[in-house]
Amino acid sequence: MIDYYQIVAQIMFVAFILLTIIGALLSVNAKILMHSVLGLAVCLLGVAGLYFYLGSMFLSLMQIMIYVGAVCIVLVFGIMVGFTPNESAQKNDIGRNTLLGIVASGIAGLGLVITIFGKTSWETSAATVGDFSIEWIGENLLLKYCLAFELISVILLIAIVGAIILAKGGREEGL
Amino acid sequence: MIIISNNLNIYLILAAFLFAIGLYGMIRHKTLIGMLVSTELILNGAGLNFMAFNKFTAPDPAVGQIITLFIMGIAAAEAAIVVSFILAVYRKYKTSDPESLKELIG
Repeated sequence: MIDYYQIVAQIMFVAFILLTIIGALLSVNAKILMHSVLGLAVCLLGVAGLYFYLGSMFLSLMQIMIYVGAVCIVLVFGIMVGFTPNESAQKNDIGRNTLLGIVASGIAGLGLVITIFGKTSWETSAATVGDFSIEWIGENLLLKYCLAFELISVILLIAIVGAIILAKGGREEGL
Repeated sequence: MIIISNNLNIYLILAAFLFAIGLYGMIRHKTLIGMLVSTELILNGAGLNFMAFNKFTAPDPAVGQIITLFIMGIAAAEAAIVVSFILAVYRKYKTSDPESLKELIG
């Protein structure tokens, strides 16, 4: 008995991995800045699909709403407001930092992969509490991690106020 | 039938790939927005790592999800701050090249 649902699920899993890799490559290799943000959005969608396979539909939806819906829009907004079309379409000159980037990222990535395969054996812990449901996340957020939850709301408030003040400064000179 | 989506190493390698390519992009990009995009890639690698360990090794499955939620919140705040920084820098220096931003003015 072949489980067709499982086959489709595995094919979708490979597709999400390919989406992530292609998006990341497009994001760092794009000639135009807007294409870079587009590649980032594709990569984030792939990661959202992987979150689904990791058991959390809530995080998958949050990834799409926060990253693809908010962060990418902010980046596109920054490109469209802050740069003239010539500059946002300017070619990144290849060759100046590419070798340094390849060496640095190659060393870092190789070290990580060696660590993953060679040094460590990940043990599954025996005692498990809770489940992957949203109720359990909410309960933990409001009881066990209450301080961090409040702190991140303060951080978001400070970030909003700071962004408004920073972007507002200098406007009077221009007018 | 091989179920590859239940393998921890695949997620870890993908997260390492995201980190490495984010580092590459941060070194290679010549605009501030491009460097910010690479930062988001690195943060996503970290989030994917947390979620993978949360699924396969953590005793409490809520912890990794909450940390990933916090990473998303910090990334959103950081993107807003950095974009407003870039707008302020662009308004003052009329350039987006990070190599030409050499002087500090108090």
